[in-house]
Amino acid sequence: MAARIFGSGIKRREDPRLLTGQAKYTDDLALPRMAHLAVVRSPYAHAKIKSIRTKKASQMLGVLGVFTGKDMVEAGFRPIPCAWVVPNSETKTPPYPPIATDVVRYVGNAVAIVVGTDRYRARDAADAVEVDYEPLSVVVDAFKATQEGAPQLHADVPKNICFHWKVSGGDVEAAFKSADVVVKERIVNQRLIPNAMEPRAALAQYAPATGKVTLWATTQNPHIARFLLSLDTGTPEHKIRVIAPEVGGGFGSKIPHYPEDSMVIFAAKRLNVPVKWTETRSENYRGTIHGRDHLQEVELAAKKDGKIVGLRGKVWANLGAYLSTASTGIPTILHGLMLSGVYDIANIHEDVWGVFTNTTPVDAYRGAGRPEATFLVERLVDMLAAKLKRDPAELRKKNFIPPFEDGHTVATGIVYDTGNYAGAFEKALKIADYTGLRKKQAEKRNKEEYLGIGISTYAEICGLGPSQVAGAVGFGGGLWESAIVRFHPSGKVQVFVGISPHGQGEETTFAQIVASELGVSVDDVEILHGDTDQTPMGWGTYGSRSTAVGSGALMGAIGKIKEKAKTLTAHLLEAAAEDIDYADGKFFVRGSPEKAKTIQDMALMANVAWNMPKDLEPGLEASAFFDPPNFVYPFGAHIAVVAVDAETGEVRLERYIAVDDCGKVINPMIVEGQIHGGIVQGIGQALWERAVYDESGQLLTGSMTDYAVPKADFFPNFELAMTETPTKVNPLGVKGIGETGTIASTPAVYNAVLDALSPLGVKTIDMPLTPERVWRAIREARR
Amino acid sequence: MNHSVSITVNGVSHRDEVEPRLLLVHYVRETLGLTGTKVGCDTGQCGACTVLMDGQAVKACMVLAVQADGSQLTTIEGLAENGKLHPLQEAFWEKHGLQCGYCTPGMILTACHLLERNPNPTEAQIRHGLEGNLCRCTGYQNIVAAVKEAGKRMRA
Amino acid sequence: MYPAEFEYFRVKTLAEAAQLLRKHKGSHLLAGGHSLLPAMKLRVSQPKSLIDIGGLRGLSGIQAKGKTLVVGAMTTHAAVASSPIVAKSCPLLAETASQIGDIQVRNRGTIGGSLAHADPAADYPTAILALNATIVVRSAKGERKIPAERFFLDLFTTALKPGEILTSVVVPAYAKRTGGAYVKHRHPASSYAVVGVAALVELSDGVCKRVSLAVGGAGATPVRASEAEATLAGRKPDAESLEAAGAKAASAVADPLSDTYASGEYRLHLATVLAKRALTQAVARAKG
Repeated sequence: MAARIFGSGIKRREDPRLLTGQAKYTDDLALPRMAHLAVVRSPYAHAKIKSIRTKKASQMLGVLGVFTGKDMVEAGFRPIPCAWVVPNSETKTPPYPPIATDVVRYVGNAVAIVVGTDRYRARDAADAVEVDYEPLSVVVDAFKATQEGAPQLHADVPKNICFHWKVSGGDVEAAFKSADVVVKERIVNQRLIPNAMEPRAALAQYAPATGKVTLWATTQNPHIARFLLSLDTGTPEHKIRVIAPEVGGGFGSKIPHYPEDSMVIFAAKRLNVPVKWTETRSENYRGTIHGRDHLQEVELAAKKDGKIVGLRGKVWANLGAYLSTASTGIPTILHGLMLSGVYDIANIHEDVWGVFTNTTPVDAYRGAGRPEATFLVERLVDMLAAKLKRDPAELRKKNFIPPFEDGHTVATGIVYDTGNYAGAFEKALKIADYTGLRKKQAEKRNKEEYLGIGISTYAEICGLGPSQVAGAVGFGGGLWESAIVRFHPSGKVQVFVGISPHGQGEETTFAQIVASELGVSVDDVEILHGDTDQTPMGWGTYGSRSTAVGSGALMGAIGKIKEKAKTLTAHLLEAAAEDIDYADGKFFVRGSPEKAKTIQDMALMANVAWNMPKDLEPGLEASAFFDPPNFVYPFGAHIAVVAVDAETGEVRLERYIAVDDCGKVINPMIVEGQIHGGIVQGIGQALWERAVYDESGQLLTGSMTDYAVPKADFFPNFELAMTETPTKVNPLGVKGIGETGTIASTPAVYNAVLDALSPLGVKTIDMPLTPERVWRAIREARR
Repeated sequence: MNHSVSITVNGVSHRDEVEPRLLLVHYVRETLGLTGTKVGCDTGQCGACTVLMDGQAVKACMVLAVQADGSQLTTIEGLAENGKLHPLQEAFWEKHGLQCGYCTPGMILTACHLLERNPNPTEAQIRHGLEGNLCRCTGYQNIVAAVKEAGKRMRA
Repeated sequence: MYPAEFEYFRVKTLAEAAQLLRKHKGSHLLAGGHSLLPAMKLRVSQPKSLIDIGGLRGLSGIQAKGKTLVVGAMTTHAAVASSPIVAKSCPLLAETASQIGDIQVRNRGTIGGSLAHADPAADYPTAILALNATIVVRSAKGERKIPAERFFLDLFTTALKPGEILTSVVVPAYAKRTGGAYVKHRHPASSYAVVGVAALVELSDGVCKRVSLAVGGAGATPVRASEAEATLAGRKPDAESLEAAGAKAASAVADPLSDTYASGEYRLHLATVLAKRALTQAVARAKG
């Protein structure tokens, strides 16, 4: 192959259909006789349902049916399963009915559904369903929910404590006793609303004659959806086909199995027409999972020379009203195990309580547990630097885990794969001109102008993951991946994968891998995903796993293809298989490259099978499954430069430098895009985003009019650079990059603002750092 | 009571009976089946529904179909001519200005409006001009680069 | 997301509109629709009928008339923002219009709609107040002229009587050596004015001959900051006098609004800072 395809920023294969409006997302789909489902939702955060009167609604124009939770129970629909129950944490799993029958527990909780001939009429009829509620007292704060007097949401969950999980390493008591200095902080890692631009939707079609249910849905993981639906809809797994059409972003919010998936299947079966549900953005804000929402009390212990000796903390994680699919694993496994960050911290302990409150369920949102870990670590390190009057960059360097290539075990017990934290950091400091920035900062301070420099050095755990570990930590599925590589007689290739990308670009990068490994043209390869009838079992796209794990399966299948092609070549050239070499899509006897067979030749020969060696089956197709031996741990260093307007509290981003390491890079353009997007979401948390409930459980930030999704003119261009420290966990040496930007950027910007304000005596501000909060902090400090 | 509307979309004239409350975006997506234009919110911030109405970028979720009677619309489906991509579509492709693609039609049409009036915008002007279009995937940087690149090609 | 049902009338004349408004109880005019439709989509507003004046001739356009600008009620924000006539005679109006919403909103939103809706967080009302504009309304009884200072009564409440339709806004053109500025703290989600300050300064012999300062977004209606104006009027504009004037800007806001984004206290503070900045810019432009 002339040009190197692996490592090339080629244009994406996904784009032509997306750019021209030809791509079909779930709400774009229409089937003959399709009806629309509207959900009647509770306006109360906590209430008993006294009665539901549906007669008026059912007689309205265009209404096919009005149903309640009871109807679904009678039809054999069971509560939504929780697919992750972390062991050794006394986890309680109260039921989550798809439609509430007796009690509603959050504003947005479904109480009835209406199916109508068009979406406007369905909404009219939904508004005509009359529900009598008996309001109960409400609690929205996780800590308060564990206290005396708080209403209990679920019968068997006293103090609303769903679980108590701990992680421990070393001897944290001793460490803190021996410390010269301790810094403490109370952190609110605030609740966020994921806001994927495409609202959720689900379209179900039922064929009574075959008993087959087809569900098109905005899911990040069609196979998991199929599996869970087989458990709660009374439909056997082989009779369910889940298709993820084009999906408009997920960020974790489209991982869960939601009540509406069951509702449309129920309605389709009951009414014998296809039924589609599409959420409005207002419904999305209440009915689609939220992210983060931790209250953390944390402390860091160190020696006076700056060496960190211990970290401990207590976390109250708000889970919302019910357990969503992966809720319990996010603030525990994906969070607590990463408390070492990039530092050599020998003694760590964290207690995490997962708590139910009358709010929207909380589950994975970009970073899922790791932003909550990285933020607290990077914040404590900066506080330590301030206390010791040391430069925060120098303090970090002193505590980095030294570079390693063959695994490094941290105090929490996990084994990082490869890392060179100092390397990434030095690069970032150089690009930022850190010394120059500190000089500029000092000059500006003399003029009462406040420039801030914020650092965030991170490592994170992704590429989910080793299935044995998944089982050990209570995840209800596997985390391996699959790929089928199929050569057609004409030499073109189709690849079927178990991942389910929705913007991450694997249709392109996986084609690049095939092209690079087998010498076919990238244009001759098609990557197919998202249809459970078409693709092998897999676990979907989230946790930055698609490339790290999916490529392992792809390489496995490619390896088998190569082996088979070699064997067939040997047979056709009358040579021994071990004398066959491969290069650039050609198979030849070593030393005679001019007598080569192309992979296309082999595809044809294998498919027509006119002359096959004994014991070699026809066809040139291979399937492989890859179960990674470990997670992967991308890392990096981000530096944010901000200017604070001390009069108004406004924060302006001046520069943002990101040095990241995701191991080998298949397509640098796609990698950069993931980093850009991640950074913006993380800065969103630092400066603008927060889901706010009032005491009665009403979501005050109830629409995009109040919840600030970041806009284009909030940002400068980001300055990106990479280092490359391959992993040994998978054949290509690739790590994940989808969430690193979000994980790193929140503390980078936060630290920058606090750095800007330090001469004014400001020590802490709760996120998001809105202008008012910054202004108040300055005012308080001046008193 | 239904009202008759005559609207030309991507050069094709249509006449339909619609309910007054039918939003223009639903008229385009469901009555006409042109699903390239998207719905992303219900309060008018996200811009995924942006179309060109008589040459101006408007949010089709904030216009009733009846208000568009007699107008000319361009949707994303109408940008490419005879299979040849519009410079904006080419530039977005080249600069990786999209990931999930959901905000892309609206983003491109607003950019179209912008470039037709300001053929050589600065980065700040592009960022400012895209205030009414939200993207959650790209972080905007490549979108800005794409619009700049498209401007260059359109001026050539 | 889906409005409730309503009756719809598309009118060709003002008289037709006025007549339908009278005839149909619970009816509403539909201009640009960018305040009305969001409310209808959330079903917080459910008018029984809509009277679409989008097709009315003669209600949009900008004309210079002597020492005034007459802006038709249906003139879009985009048209005002890009009008050479406005840029020449009353740049403050164009600057304000250019900061409303985003490109798409400015292509549909109208000055008449914005003023009649009287959202406390809107931009135009503040500028109109500072400019001492006159709002012209028409009804079956004839025409009425309402000075801006008597137009905004309360949250979403104006001096418009039932059956009256806002037809134009008459804005005084700048006097010589006048500079204006509209400075706003934009809500990061909605882009509305958390606080918006419009300042107009006329200089004469190095001294502020006339000062007009309006503060919007902070209270139920925009208000003239007369104390602040008095502080600066007759004085030489320098850092000290501008700071002093700014400090008085908040006193005009009796009962500041408070929401999840910004408290009343912060809004009052912003008013003082933005007033100082708006006055400073206005002075610089007057000198320019």
